[in-house]
Amino acid sequence: MNQSPENQWPLSPALESQDHLQLEKSYGLFIDGEFVSSTGSKKYASINPATEQRLSRITESTPQDVDVAVRAARKGYDRHWSRMKPSERGKYLFRIARLIQERSRELAVLETLDGGKPIRESRDVDLPLAAAHFFYYAGWADKLDYAFPNRRPRPLGVAAQVIPWNFPLLMAAWKIAPALATGNTVVLKPAETTSLTALRLGEILQQAELPPGVVNIITGHGNVGKALVEHPGVDKVAFTGSTEVGKTIQASLAGTRKRSTLELGGKAANIIFADASIDQAVEGVINGIYFNQGQVCCAGSRLFVEESVAQQVIEKIKDRVQSLIIGNPLDKNTDLGAINSRQQLNTIQEYIDVGLAEGAIRYQPEAPLPDEGFWCRPTLFTQVSQASRIAREEIFGPVLAIQTFRTVAEVIQKANNTPYGLSAGVWTNKGSKIFNLSSQLRAGVVWANSYNQFDPTSPFGGYQESGFGREGGLHGLQAYLDIH
Amino acid sequence: MTIPFPTLNSPPIDQVGVVQRAKRFCTRSIKNESKMQGLKMVLNMIDLTTLEGMDTPGKVRQLCTKAKQVHAAVAGLPTVAAVCVYPNLVAIAKQELLGTSIKVASVATAFPSGNSSLDIKLAEVAYAIDSGADEIDMVISRGRFHTGDYRYVFDEIAAVKEACGKARLKVILETGELGTFDKVRLASDLAMEAGADFIKTSTGKIKPAATLPVTLVMIEAIRDYHRRTGRQVGMKPAGGISKSKLALHYLVMVKETLGNDWLNNQWFRFGASSLVNDVLMQIVKQKTGCYQAPQYFSAD
Amino acid sequence: MAKNKKSAPTLMVPSRIPVLKTYKMFVGGEFPRTESGRFYTPRVKGRSLGNFCLGSRKDVRQAVAAARSAQAHWANRTSYNRAQILYRIAELLEARRLQFIQDLNHQGSSERQAQAEVDMSIERLVYYAGWCDKYQQVFGSVNPVASEHFNVSILEPMGVVFHIAPDNQPLLGVISIMAPIIASGNTTICLASESKPISAVNLAEVLATADVPPGVVNILTGSLDELAVPAADHFDINAIAWNRSNGRRNKTTLQMIEEKATSNLKRVRRYERPWTRLESQNPYLIADFCEVKTTWHPIETISESGSGY
Repeated sequence: MNQSPENQWPLSPALESQDHLQLEKSYGLFIDGEFVSSTGSKKYASINPATEQRLSRITESTPQDVDVAVRAARKGYDRHWSRMKPSERGKYLFRIARLIQERSRELAVLETLDGGKPIRESRDVDLPLAAAHFFYYAGWADKLDYAFPNRRPRPLGVAAQVIPWNFPLLMAAWKIAPALATGNTVVLKPAETTSLTALRLGEILQQAELPPGVVNIITGHGNVGKALVEHPGVDKVAFTGSTEVGKTIQASLAGTRKRSTLELGGKAANIIFADASIDQAVEGVINGIYFNQGQVCCAGSRLFVEESVAQQVIEKIKDRVQSLIIGNPLDKNTDLGAINSRQQLNTIQEYIDVGLAEGAIRYQPEAPLPDEGFWCRPTLFTQVSQASRIAREEIFGPVLAIQTFRTVAEVIQKANNTPYGLSAGVWTNKGSKIFNLSSQLRAGVVWANSYNQFDPTSPFGGYQESGFGREGGLHGLQAYLDIH
Repeated sequence: MTIPFPTLNSPPIDQVGVVQRAKRFCTRSIKNESKMQGLKMVLNMIDLTTLEGMDTPGKVRQLCTKAKQVHAAVAGLPTVAAVCVYPNLVAIAKQELLGTSIKVASVATAFPSGNSSLDIKLAEVAYAIDSGADEIDMVISRGRFHTGDYRYVFDEIAAVKEACGKARLKVILETGELGTFDKVRLASDLAMEAGADFIKTSTGKIKPAATLPVTLVMIEAIRDYHRRTGRQVGMKPAGGISKSKLALHYLVMVKETLGNDWLNNQWFRFGASSLVNDVLMQIVKQKTGCYQAPQYFSAD
Repeated sequence: MAKNKKSAPTLMVPSRIPVLKTYKMFVGGEFPRTESGRFYTPRVKGRSLGNFCLGSRKDVRQAVAAARSAQAHWANRTSYNRAQILYRIAELLEARRLQFIQDLNHQGSSERQAQAEVDMSIERLVYYAGWCDKYQQVFGSVNPVASEHFNVSILEPMGVVFHIAPDNQPLLGVISIMAPIIASGNTTICLASESKPISAVNLAEVLATADVPPGVVNILTGSLDELAVPAADHFDINAIAWNRSNGRRNKTTLQMIEEKATSNLKRVRRYERPWTRLESQNPYLIADFCEVKTTWHPIETISESGSGY
């Protein structure tokens, strides 16, 4: 028999080019349509988590900067945005969508450099969805009366929007697009570790000739976000981030007239029944927990497998984990990139230690990791119990906790046994079981025979401590409108 | 038959999930060294095929020459894996390929429809093997399969396997006529249980022929069967694969689903003919940096 | 006899000693006194309305437990069934119309106001009875996602809702929020107006005989400032309906509730409106106490031409 040239077939590096990407040495704030300097002088480094090298320097906004930005947004609302015909507002949003599409490669590369996520994901998921979000909400601008029958929807005014580091540009789109479509103006604060694509979005808004003040972007750490949401000139707060911070923000709004929506943490159950399409379910599990290194609020971090197929499913998951490629996020073949920050890496490592201490069995592939940067192997734990911390607390990393179950009632009870309620997954070949499970699971999004699917037309948001309000779809409009 | 009819536990297959997974393999970027290595592997895995009513000894001789010397201008190229012909041309091919390691594969069992009696099918297999075939590419009885007579299909494959003796048996499911991935999975399991050495997608006469999703379903069946029984079964997608980029994605899929053990022509084949020249053009392009044109490569 | 609004009932029938009613609370379909044994005596224009339970934090706990245990069952009833039960409440309220007019009268409403309020309360129940099997069609959606998935958003009840009822319109105010809360399958605890609790307490008798399953509506009486604390702190309450004016006296209570509600991210809804306007009844109030749930499922793409396979 002929033998093939070699038995092993490693993939050569396939790096996405970054030649066309120009970064400034340091960035100011985007206020009133211009990039301006802070009233203070504090800056901090934004680093590439895959190399720990500095990409640029970012401004730490002062309380005064926050005030200037909120005033600019108010002026933008009074002078421009609230006076503009809704159809014209929509046209700006269409423009922005198109410009994001045109510059999507540049933005994807920047997202990957700044946040550590694989270029395949920023190119195939973050960027197309960001553009689609603007495109979807653009069309709503002059059709709001149809969204809320028998109401006269009115914008709220100035929206303060604080977004996380896991999908920096996409979250900016999720926040800005519906706010603008409904006639509000915006002050956006991106996460401190991932501000670069938001600042580049500022350039795009300039290119789109969006009137000054309609969107303002300020950078800095948590205290900047706090000052922003507590600013008396703000009418609406939209926050995506941890449940802990979300609660603090919500408490600070108590007794005020500010409206709010919170999109917070999760500990989603992904449930595989014995009658499921096993290989597709396994792929859904992989996609559910290792997408963006598991740094996803709706990550399917708790896997429940029916006992009769548990061994088979776990073997298949291990096989599949073994085939994941970990490394340089700019390599087009990379499946798992870098963890966003050293801090987050430490948190994940602590939880892995907790899992071991609790007696769960760990499995990790033996892939080599780069020397520099923040890395975590895709990890799974078997023999996890419902009481384990790794099965109860949000880890926000590539760590899967696997439990088994025997009956439908048992798995519903276990899946709902959490204060969170953002998402869930169900895998079965039986239609009536899907309808039952999807109605019994206390979660805002249920992926049946699928996982981690997103679309601008589809509302997203949680039950219970996963937050309130919806983003996306028709339902996402209501968060930015007074309809009473 | 001697083999008892097995209990089949074929899992249901979710079509959208399979298609999505298959698309994911296409996002793999195969560059430089790995591309060259991959292209040579592809070349070496091809069953160079002619299955026309108008096939003649002359046509088959040309094909065999191409099989041995795919492109004289580049030294060190591997040969293809096999030449695949109708039974009455096996002897010609065998003679042409004497002294080489290139196998002769013969279609049989009333190819491509499979609509004949078992006796006639077994006689045809015997004729092909007597003429020198190293490998037999049989078709399953899709009509019987669709009526739910899985036992008949199973027994027929087992009988043909027995008739093959030392020759390796590839079982063509003709997935384009099965219609759902659930049936593709079931047919794959049935064929392997009945003794198939290879399972193969298509005759090339029916569309759709081989696709990434359908091949994925089949290799997942191979993987599960191997895990359960320890027996390795080969895979041959056939028809519809004419571009090297697509072929490379098949190899990525095999590597990431079945592992390195299947990355050779003992366990993986492409049933194709025009693929050869596209691979050659890519190889020369990799070596020279210049895009190629078809007229610089021998057609047969 | 209700015609004479100047006279107290005791004076109207001098020939016999009237039987006074003991006002109790309504929890889990039963009429318990407060476990604390305390009472208070609200007065209108100096005249006592009677002795009412001064509910305690333990009463809140019992009521939440009753509401929680009833919730899944209530939500699993068909919309048609919930609609019929809401309509049944209207029927029984209609049958006791005069009593409720008299109650409001005692609590200080004029004859005309009282009559209007009771009539509107009945209409409101009928209005929401009709919505039970329709709001889903108005607020649900099938979302045209750009992938091979069927994607549908529906409304689901939040769970257990604690309702702080207003002083003005002590009957209509209760019903205007209670009805949309339970229409979708929530269960509720209503904290009756502290100063005018009679209508709410007597409504319990209507509910108890209107096929409303035990625990679906629970009615407590007592001090707002006292009971708002355990309610806002309670981890098994999903939402709070603040159905009162946000005046100076209430402002600190509301702020306290909103702060404490963040402990488990209760949804707090504020209604500071008169319920007498026709616009104040609308299905958006049902949606206010619902969560949007979106379900995805793949759609096989094998077509007539065999593509997708």
